[in-house]
Amino acid sequence: MNQTPYNRVKLARDNKRPTGLDYIRNIFKGFIELHGDRRFGDDPAIVGGIARLEGSPVTVIAIEKGHTAKERARRNFGAPGPEGYRKALRLMKQAEKFGRPVICLIDTSGACCDVGAEERGQGQAIAENLTELSTLCVPIVSILIGEGGSGGALALAVADRVWMLENAIYSVISPEGCASILWKDAAYAETAAASLKLTAEDAMSLGVIEQILSENDIGKKEFYTRIRSLLAEEIQALGRDPDLVGKRYDRFRRIGADVMESRFS
Amino acid sequence: MALIHFLKPKNKLEEGGRSAALVHQDEGEPEKNCPNCHKDIPLSRLWANHMVCACGYHFRMKARQRLHMIADKNSFHELYSDICSLDPLRFPGYQDKLETVRSVSNENEAVLCGTASIGRQRCCIFIMEPYFMMGSMGAAVGEKITALFEYAARQRMPVIGFTVSGGARMQEGLLSLMQMAKTSAAVKRHSDAGLLYIAVLTDPTTGGVTASFAMEADIILAEPEATVGFAGKRVIEQTTKKALPKGFQKAESVLEHGFIDEIVPRSSQKKLLAELLRIHGGTS
Repeated sequence: MNQTPYNRVKLARDNKRPTGLDYIRNIFKGFIELHGDRRFGDDPAIVGGIARLEGSPVTVIAIEKGHTAKERARRNFGAPGPEGYRKALRLMKQAEKFGRPVICLIDTSGACCDVGAEERGQGQAIAENLTELSTLCVPIVSILIGEGGSGGALALAVADRVWMLENAIYSVISPEGCASILWKDAAYAETAAASLKLTAEDAMSLGVIEQILSENDIGKKEFYTRIRSLLAEEIQALGRDPDLVGKRYDRFRRIGADVMESRFS
Repeated sequence: MALIHFLKPKNKLEEGGRSAALVHQDEGEPEKNCPNCHKDIPLSRLWANHMVCACGYHFRMKARQRLHMIADKNSFHELYSDICSLDPLRFPGYQDKLETVRSVSNENEAVLCGTASIGRQRCCIFIMEPYFMMGSMGAAVGEKITALFEYAARQRMPVIGFTVSGGARMQEGLLSLMQMAKTSAAVKRHSDAGLLYIAVLTDPTTGGVTASFAMEADIILAEPEATVGFAGKRVIEQTTKKALPKGFQKAESVLEHGFIDEIVPRSSQKKLLAELLRIHGGTS
């Protein structure tokens, strides 16, 4: 509580925070990992598969940063490439075919930005996820567990419900990137972090997320139990909604609609 | 310093306003220097040739000038011209920037939307404006494009879109980011209704626009040499600490990698767009 926005950024990036796989192992039972995008490769920055949530089958997709230096390098520090987003989409389409709800756990500073990712269509891969998720006929709940970096996070967050951990962040650009573009100096990152409105409270007041999850007992059994029951309850409720896709459209349709003016009319 | 350095907005969002101001002041200037062949070209000839140098270099073009080039005379009916961004986050300097850019560009926002005919084929059209914060997408741009696709779906009309963008407008934070999802959902509804969408990517099409509606068209065309990419070149260089390959993120190389259907110079665009509209059920 009472953290400055930039402190929140630091907390969100903390190496000791639980990562995607920690959530998968502790919230779900019997996780079966499924690899590959069936196009080019398998991206270790995104882990996906089938698991049980309080007995019911679900598809789980997580961006994984890794804990050790070696593991972090192998997972490209949680910066997915196009293969990661295509794998995620493949698994979500599979979930739709078999009527399984989808749960996404998001933690990335942003999509991978190297030559290979660009050449294999990073922009196209994210764009395709945005269009396809908008009409996926099963419930989708996305939780931002650490960093929610721009399009690379949004590609897994076109969901019916988006939740954020108390110290997670969600932003269109990193505070350092914003500072270096606007003020030509990354040292202004603190100012940028405050200006970008990237905390969970900000996202909530902007109407971008539905719920903030407390970080009391983070990483402990009680913490995961709490998230498990929230998820199970939400997914059950969403499963009963006959107009899931229509409401998902409206959820995004209204964002930003109240921050424009119609001049001269 | 050659005039082109003033006229060509740098690939940074905040440069849009200043460059746009200079374009207006420079209208009386007789010549522009081509960054490709380095020859001075009389401005009047450049205007008559849709801002294309004799060597083939495509200069950046104002949205309304592009509209004049593409749409049939007196066929354009503008939509949503009154929609423009406020400063929802009270982002430092944004309000002043918006006011400056509006006054020098004579545009309310970074995209121009409406209906028009191209070779007598009716369509909905959007053209992004490089001289308005480098076509960056905030809530108003997202709203205008979404509303246009919804209108096109209701009227069962095709959409032609010219993109130029530095990406999401960071001064509107998360609200900008969400426009990627919002526009994409509208494109999908239009597409699911069996309707045609053609995107023409112009220099530069990057960031959140590439990762949303620019890459979601049925047919994706691009102007010669246009930069098309997701991450900025400088960011990639800084991240990977390696020199970038020759022609990297140029439309020609993006086509080679399979993400663009065809490179189309300005002189051929109108004819091709009219024929594609005709083939997809336009009025013959």
